[in-house]
Amino acid sequence: MKVLVYAESWNGSFKKSTFEAIHYAAEVAKLMNAETVALSISGTEDHAQLGQYGAQIIKTIENAALETFDNQTYAEAIIAVADEMGADTIIISNTNNGKAIAPLVAAKRKAALISNVIELPESISPFTIKRKTFSSKAIAKYQTHSDKKVITITANAFGYAEGDSSASVESFDFTPQETTPSLTSLSVDSATGKIGLTEADLVVSAGRGLKGPENWGMVEELADALGAATACSKPVSDIGWRPHSEHVGQTGIAINPQLYIAVGISGAIQHLAGVNASKNIVVINTDPDAPFFKAADYGIVGDAFEVLPKLISAIKSHKASI
Amino acid sequence: MNLLVCISHVPDTTSKIAFTDDHTEFDASGITFVMNPYDEFGLTKAMHLKESNGARITVINVGLSATESTLRKALAIGADEAIRINAEPTDAAYVAELIADYARDKNFDLIITGRESIDYNGGAVPGILSVHLNLPFVNACIGLDLNGDQATLVREIDGGKETLQGKLPLLIAGQKGLVEEKDLRIPAMRGIMMARKKPLTVIEPSEATKQTMVLNYDLPKEKEACTLIDPDQVDQLVELLHREAKVI
Ligand SMILES: Cc1cc2nc3c(=O)[nH]c(=O)nc-3n(C[C@H](O)[C@H](O)[C@H](O)COP(=O)(O)OP(=O)(O)OC[C@H]3O[C@@H](n4cnc5c(N)ncnc54)[C@H](O)[C@@H]3O)c2cc1C
Ligand SMILES: Nc1ncnc2c1ncn2[C@@H]1O[C@H](COP(=O)(O)O)[C@@H](O)[C@H]1O
Repeated sequence: MKVLVYAESWNGSFKKSTFEAIHYAAEVAKLMNAETVALSISGTEDHAQLGQYGAQIIKTIENAALETFDNQTYAEAIIAVADEMGADTIIISNTNNGKAIAPLVAAKRKAALISNVIELPESISPFTIKRKTFSSKAIAKYQTHSDKKVITITANAFGYAEGDSSASVESFDFTPQETTPSLTSLSVDSATGKIGLTEADLVVSAGRGLKGPENWGMVEELADALGAATACSKPVSDIGWRPHSEHVGQTGIAINPQLYIAVGISGAIQHLAGVNASKNIVVINTDPDAPFFKAADYGIVGDAFEVLPKLISAIKSHKASI
Repeated sequence: MNLLVCISHVPDTTSKIAFTDDHTEFDASGITFVMNPYDEFGLTKAMHLKESNGARITVINVGLSATESTLRKALAIGADEAIRINAEPTDAAYVAELIADYARDKNFDLIITGRESIDYNGGAVPGILSVHLNLPFVNACIGLDLNGDQATLVREIDGGKETLQGKLPLLIAGQKGLVEEKDLRIPAMRGIMMARKKPLTVIEPSEATKQTMVLNYDLPKEKEACTLIDPDQVDQLVELLHREAKVI
């Protein structure tokens, strides 16, 4: 038996969420007494590193037709490998590309799709697993009796560790079918140099309490000092102080980093829905009654304009001391 | 142009989530249901296309009779016809197959869905539906321009965006950006009056397969009380994040 995991890469390297997906797949494989196969499509040179996270066999596809991401052809490739290896369980990260592929793979293989998974399966037969639902306001335990399943896992929900095992790398011949309805990619615009929000371990986020876009310098400085990604509340992106891609919450990106620092954000229920799965929450707000304090682990009742400069220098001296 | 907009009927974003019957059922008492926020962007986009290119808009929902308020709202906003497939939408594969069975012979040029429903959050129905109908599928769609049957599409990717080109028919799963939030349509009096005369057809479900079921629900663990730190002692916060939380 095999568990197949899609090893997503970006600009020639594997994503952090990929290591997590492989580690997760390897743990699922253990429960099933199965082997873990990772599939890398037009990925990097250094495939063997995936072995460290638990992949035993690494299949690689190098084909000019698959140089740019296309959900139809990538889904077909995953299915071709799954069919050849006899892999009934397929693991995919819940990234935007992952979400564009997973339902296609599931529907074409008549497999059950369970997305937003946060834990290892509780039972393999019948297959029972927990996923986030109601915009992270609840957790649902799902069951499927289908032999075939596609699982997408929430970034940062599971974590990963490097081991010292190794894997065999084998190339896989794949040519897309002409009949696949497809789209042509014209261009990719990437916000370079930035830490991706969904994958980030540390996130600094700010809201309307910051008064205006000109004050984001200190938010970015704090993020830089920590090595964190930046985020914002919805009104802040609505008014155009920050790009929409930074908007977190129920109708934005849902995240669960190790640390979420919220500055000048009130903590409305829709905001909390997207961030309350963060392992540690720090809230900085002038209003002691701001609802966010109820969801926080650490709080400072104070003015962001006074607290942030102090916090930045405290973090910098901490970093210098270790 | 012939447009299909898939609409799910979900608890309002301010809803407190609770469960009944040993946590096996969502407790809908006291909950206001609304059109899924992502679907509002899709419906408004359909209205823009109707106004610029001329189009007939069909809206569809898989749900029991309580969802008709949301379909009526879509008609009041400007959809021409509403379809309700009379079944409980308990599973994404099931919902997608029911919609596909309805849509298969209707020659839709464009099917618009939302990126995800804010209750199931599956992000599943659109992609599965696209396979049943053999249509290209663009997820997290934040831009669509049509020139005849040529479409230029923008989709959100992790850390950026991608521009794509394709040909109708196709299926998109939309979100904010497809249209701007300030342009979202709300029903006007005249629309509400006109909606009363528009057809809302209820059809019985076809034979479709369910793949999953929910055994039970739980709420996330409650946080313990927050540790307050004096604003003049931020060093303490850094210390706690280092020693206690071990995150820096
Ligand atoms: C359908 C729907 C979906 C939504 N989805 C989302 C979503 O996904 N994400 C989201 O974030 N919101 C969402 N919202 C909006 C949400 O309801 C809130 O309006 C929003 O989160 C508030 O943003 P905010 O906290 O930045 O601003 P405010 O509520 O205005 O809060 C500003 C906070 O800053 C504090 N403050 C002021 N000055 C200072 C200072 N000098 N120093 C420190 N603190 C200060 C204030 O005490 C206050 O608590 C949604 C709303 C709806 C209706
Ligand atoms: N019961 C339903 N009826 C009609 N459309 C639905 C239904 N459920 C989901 N959809 C559509 O599929 C999108 C994604 O939903 P989901 O797969 O549940 O996250 C929604 O935004 C709707 O456009």
